[in-house]
Amino acid sequence: MNTTVTVGLGSCGIAAGANKTYEKIKALKEQENLPFILQKTSCIGMCYREPLVEITDDTGTYIYGDVNEDRAVEVIEKHINQHDPIRDYIVYTDLFDAAENDFIGSQIKIVLRNCGYMDPESISEYEQRNGYTAMKKIVMNKVSREEVIKTILDSGLRGRGGGGFPTGLKWKFANANKSEQKYVICNADEGDPGAFMDRSVLEGDPHSILEGMIIAAYAIEATGGVIYCRAEYPLAIKRLNIAIRQAHEKGYLGKDIFGNRGWDFDIYIKEGAGAFVCGEETALIASIEGERGMPRKRPPFPASSGLWKKPTNINNVETYANVPWIILNGAEAYAQYGTEKSKGTKVFALAGKIRRSGLVEVPMGITIKDVIFKLGGGIKNNKRFKAVQLGGPSGGCIPDYLSDTIVDYDSVNATGAIMGSGGMVVMDETTCMVDVAKFFLDFTRKESCGKCTFCRMGTMRMLEILERITNGQGREGDIEKLEELAYQIKDNSLCGLGQTAPNPVLTTIRYFRDEYEAHIGHKKCPAKVCRPLLTYTVDQEKCTGCVVCLKNCPAKAITGERKKPHLINQETCTKCGVCFSKCKFESIILS
Amino acid sequence: MRITRLNPKETEITGEDVDLRLIDPLIEKNKSKKGNIIPLLQGAMDIYGYIPRQVFKKISTECGIPLSDMFGVATFYAQFRLQPVGKHIIKVCHGTACHVQNAKEISESLEESLKIKDGETTEDRFYTLESVACLGCCSLAPVMMIGGQTYGKLTGNEAVKIIKNIKLAENN
Repeated sequence: MNTTVTVGLGSCGIAAGANKTYEKIKALKEQENLPFILQKTSCIGMCYREPLVEITDDTGTYIYGDVNEDRAVEVIEKHINQHDPIRDYIVYTDLFDAAENDFIGSQIKIVLRNCGYMDPESISEYEQRNGYTAMKKIVMNKVSREEVIKTILDSGLRGRGGGGFPTGLKWKFANANKSEQKYVICNADEGDPGAFMDRSVLEGDPHSILEGMIIAAYAIEATGGVIYCRAEYPLAIKRLNIAIRQAHEKGYLGKDIFGNRGWDFDIYIKEGAGAFVCGEETALIASIEGERGMPRKRPPFPASSGLWKKPTNINNVETYANVPWIILNGAEAYAQYGTEKSKGTKVFALAGKIRRSGLVEVPMGITIKDVIFKLGGGIKNNKRFKAVQLGGPSGGCIPDYLSDTIVDYDSVNATGAIMGSGGMVVMDETTCMVDVAKFFLDFTRKESCGKCTFCRMGTMRMLEILERITNGQGREGDIEKLEELAYQIKDNSLCGLGQTAPNPVLTTIRYFRDEYEAHIGHKKCPAKVCRPLLTYTVDQEKCTGCVVCLKNCPAKAITGERKKPHLINQETCTKCGVCFSKCKFESIILS
Repeated sequence: MRITRLNPKETEITGEDVDLRLIDPLIEKNKSKKGNIIPLLQGAMDIYGYIPRQVFKKISTECGIPLSDMFGVATFYAQFRLQPVGKHIIKVCHGTACHVQNAKEISESLEESLKIKDGETTEDRFYTLESVACLGCCSLAPVMMIGGQTYGKLTGNEAVKIIKNIKLAENN
């Protein structure tokens, strides 16, 4: 068996320096004519250990973590030349108990089945891993459109973009509307800050999305396909383009595809221009048509009148990636995972104050606690777990005492958060919940398209109140005002953005009301985040008198002599925090 | 809603030395396609780095698209710029993960060091500083991106060091 060395080159890997690692290994291989095959793959989800290098030889598979250039030299020398794997650097292997074995071992990979296991730029590798077999199976067995739709319906697959609408039902509606032209659209406009699972699938397994779209096109008799992808994901766009070209060469896209005379279907990529609201389906369609991406009233739903007023089916990346697996393995195999109303698996992007940040795919119905502590390894720096933000700007914060909540659409909705696309941002005791609410509202305020007055003006007013509170000018009655505005915005907005924009504020008020009260009543920020509510003093024992803070203070509020402890004049201090960030001796105290 | 970033005076002045012939192939390609406003504007961005005033006018006359439509689209999406930018754009991520890990400090340190505010360009047109929503590298938070390169797990001081080094390397 040939020894292979595979470097993970997803966006996160590249950001961590994987290109340098790849070049280093390539140079070593060429210099010394080493007997191994060097390959590229994409993200395997273990972002916190990037760059990752996988070595497969006669004895088994080993994944090395944190492989910078120096480590690469060491690993190649020891493992390849001396056949002596370096146990300390190995994060995953099937041979012994390595540091991150449980991270990969306790996942069920359906959507991410190929991510990190193959070269995303190779159609033959995708085909070796059962790629395009689902579509071939449909053609060979002459499975009818209705049967395909029934399989998807029976699987219980629900829209993974956040809405949770049954996918099979969407297809059924689009199929029922007769038209010469129909479209399938893939929503790859992953704008939710803190979510990156779609990017990972686009970069790591682009063919699975094409295949999912082709199956959808078959089911609804579509003639054209569009992938609406964020321009911020250049690598994803590049790999999609390669995949589309390869699919053309194989006859999977274009004219008479899969040998079916008269079945023409093609896909092109539309680059998004940066507007969060375009994740909403009617806004997305407007954007493809070249207009301002503003949502419109539904009905008519896209299934009857969508792109260019033709029946259109829109699903997101993760949904399409599920489809070939379901067709191949059957609805029952998929429905064995999950809860009664939420079937299958869900990919979560773990980020924030968590030890293992990255992507995990778990069956629906697992508890939040298990995701964070078993898979995510718990909280960084031994801090206390405070809350987890689920669903991005449309979602909410779930407090620690509700961490036994299971993840399925209905249970998460009951907490006031939403499943959303599956971004989980973990927060510890040093995160201020009022500040987090303000952060999300600032985001939705900027991204509101401005069509509905309540969303346009209401988010602005709410933000002003939150700014007041975090600046120490909160007033009695502000919480009630926020709640009132929140419900008005929810009730009077046309699309999902406005209807969910107040969620972060409502959930933080619901679970962390005491923090709001501390800000307003006592003018204190318990998490020590909101600067205007803090006082800065110098620890007279730790201060070495290095004069760095004194030089950097823009308000000239710090006095003192070299090598003697300094003092901060509380009257002139503007609480900008420069002294705190500049001090190398941790002698500035926040209180 | 985003605040419109058009300063008519400034674009008039800075737009003078624009070579309008560069967009001819782009116009030719997209002229008769439906839904062509965004591709036209994206193409213009690729050529000029921003959309000069005269380019708006030229596209409008040659493709028969009302200026108001084009302007409406250009101001709606974050991607389009109506003013020239620096040679390098520093994108500081302010996604959720970066926010809770103190992305504010990165922006503030850069603002202080470059003596510009968020969204502005340095006088020598070397750097433009920008906050962006999410770069999708949440596990490396806080991050910033310059060119195609992402820098992760930053502190304010490190970010300043990186931009100083880039400038130093190019000046030599």
